[in-house]
Parts: sequence; structure tokens; C-alpha cells
Amino acid sequence: MRIIKVGMADLKVIKAPGILTTLGLGSCVGIVLYDRINKIAGLAHPMLPSSVEISNNQNKAKFVDTGIDLLLEKMLKKGANKYSIVAKIAGGAQMFSFNSNNSILKIGEKNVLATRQKLRDLGIKIISEDTGGNYGRTIQFNSEDGSLIVKTLGHGTKVI
Amino acid sequence: MKDDMFNNFFLDALKEIGNIGSGNAITALANMLSKRINMSVPKVRIIDFKDIATILGGEEELIVGIYLSLEDDIEGNIMFILDIDSAKNLLNMLLDKEVEELDELAMSALAEVGNIVSSSYVNALSALTGLKITVSVPSLAIDMAGAILSVPAIQLGLISDKALFIETLFKEGNNLVKGSLFLLPNIESFEKILSLLGVL
Repeated sequence: MRIIKVGMADLKVIKAPGILTTLGLGSCVGIVLYDRINKIAGLAHPMLPSSVEISNNQNKAKFVDTGIDLLLEKMLKKGANKYSIVAKIAGGAQMFSFNSNNSILKIGEKNVLATRQKLRDLGIKIISEDTGGNYGRTIQFNSEDGSLIVKTLGHGTKVI
Repeated sequence: MKDDMFNNFFLDALKEIGNIGSGNAITALANMLSKRINMSVPKVRIIDFKDIATILGGEEELIVGIYLSLEDDIEGNIMFILDIDSAKNLLNMLLDKEVEELDELAMSALAEVGNIVSSSYVNALSALTGLKITVSVPSLAIDMAGAILSVPAIQLGLISDKALFIETLFKEGNNLVKGSLFLLPNIESFEKILSLLGVL
């Protein structure tokens, strides 16, 4: 089966069969949107929660808010039905800990919160998630059966 | 940020900081260990951040990242990275024994080296700019390169897509260590550094 890699601040949409993957997800969040009926899948890998108040915001895929909008738009264009779309999310880890109020370190958590909020606003249900912790994840979404494999180094592998 | 900010003069100034910093770091390590350590001329580059995981061997490659924050006159972070073989070789150097597993002691020794190396660069930057800069206690993570690098990448994502990357090779006996360092000042601090170096 073809495997399509989605890099940081990027997004891709495919129609089954095919696998969407992101390697070494850390504080970024991996957002899968899936139309179960038409078997159209999208994966976004945004780095930051919000494009608002950021001047360097031309790349929509870099932000949770604009990234999800763009991903949805591309899926609808490919023939997905908005009401059949569900979401799975993974990532948003805090890789380093400090005894300081350096807010950038909590970015993983903020990315996850922003993702939940944005999907709620759009009426898209999150059917499973594996977020938080202090470790990296590699994710693989199978557009045929809708399974999301989450692999880690030292924290096991699971299917969500 | 515009690319033309990274003109030759600026790059030269940063290279000088890289050279002095690496020299200081190796001297500090050699003194601490009372051993002779040879160092190659460090490579200093401005890179596109998206290429960084590839430079380090791929997103899923296991690496050690030591992260410190910069405070006082400038704010930002500094990250020191070792591939897993280099980390083990460095520990062999430090602890005088073959290290197979990265336990508590090994991790705290690596964090301390990260601290020494980062402080050496920061002192060089401080000397060239006259800025007072202090570094925080180091925080260490051992994980996939992509995951560790997502932290500085996110920070840079707010500013630009480029980073200052310094790579140093050093050797003691048969122990070869390749260390990479990223300097990540926040936007105001970046402008302050540029201005004090006479670029802006």
C-alpha cells in the first residue's frame, strides 16, 4: 500500500487505499480527519495552536485553527461528506520540563486544547486520542480501515 | 524575518561565536577530565529547520537533547544534541567505563556536559555583544529526533524557519563525539544581538 509522509507544518489528503504517516511527533499534534463512508482521509501536522496575532502566518498548515480548516476544505473538495467525518488525534507531548514559567514548553498541551476546541466548533467528533506525556510518537493512519497506529520508543505501540 | 538579515557579516560573527564557544567548551571539558581532547573546526550554518531531522539521521533516530533557557538581557533557548553513539562515547570519556545503558547517573552527567557546552557558547556571545546572559538548569530528553526537535522548531515557528546550527566534532582517545548546538533567541533578543553585532 502506498505510504504518504506528512512533514511538520504540512497536511495531506488521500482516498483509500493508502497510509498517511508522520514520524517523530513531539509537541506538535497529529490530526486525522476521516470520512468513514467515502474513505477519504486527511492528516495535518500543525506546530502552533493559533494563527491569530502571528505575523509569520502564511503557511496555514502550521497552525491548528487554519490547518484544520484547510484540511477539511481539501477533503470536501475530494468528495468527502462533512457529516461522515470523525477525528483521531495524537501527540502534544511536553518533551522537556523546567521549573520556570516558559510557556513555550506547554505548547503541546495548548495544541491539544486548541484542536479539541476547533473540532468542537466544527461539530467534528474526536473518536479516539493519544495525547500528552513526555515522549515522541510516530503515527500511521490506514485509510482503508480507519485504524491509527501510534508507535513510541520505550512506551509501547498501540492502535487507536 | 528576512533572509537578507543573514548576510555574510552576521554569519561571520556567528561563526566566530561558534569557534570561540567550541574552544571554550572543549577546554572546560579537558580541564574537568584532565585529558587531552582534540577538536575539529566547528561547522556553523544557518539552516532551514525542516531539514534538521534529516541532518541528524531521520525523524525516528534516537537522540539526546539537552535544553536550557537563556535569561537576563536576552531571552530564548539553547539546545545541545548528541546522537546515541556520541552520547555513549562521551560517557566513556567522563566515567572511564563502557556505558551500555543510559541510567540516572549517565543522564545527569550528560545534562552537565550540555550545561558546560551551552554556557561556553553563551559566554562567547556575551563577550562579543556585552550582553549579560545567564542559562537555566538543563533539562534532558532521550527520544526520537523529530519529537525532540519539534520543541525548538515550534519556538522558531513563531519567528522564522531558519536556525543557527553549530556542529562540533571532538575526540579523546578512541572516543569520537559529534555534538550539535542550536541557538534560539526570541525575536526581540535576536534583533538586539544583530544590532550589537553591527548588522542592524
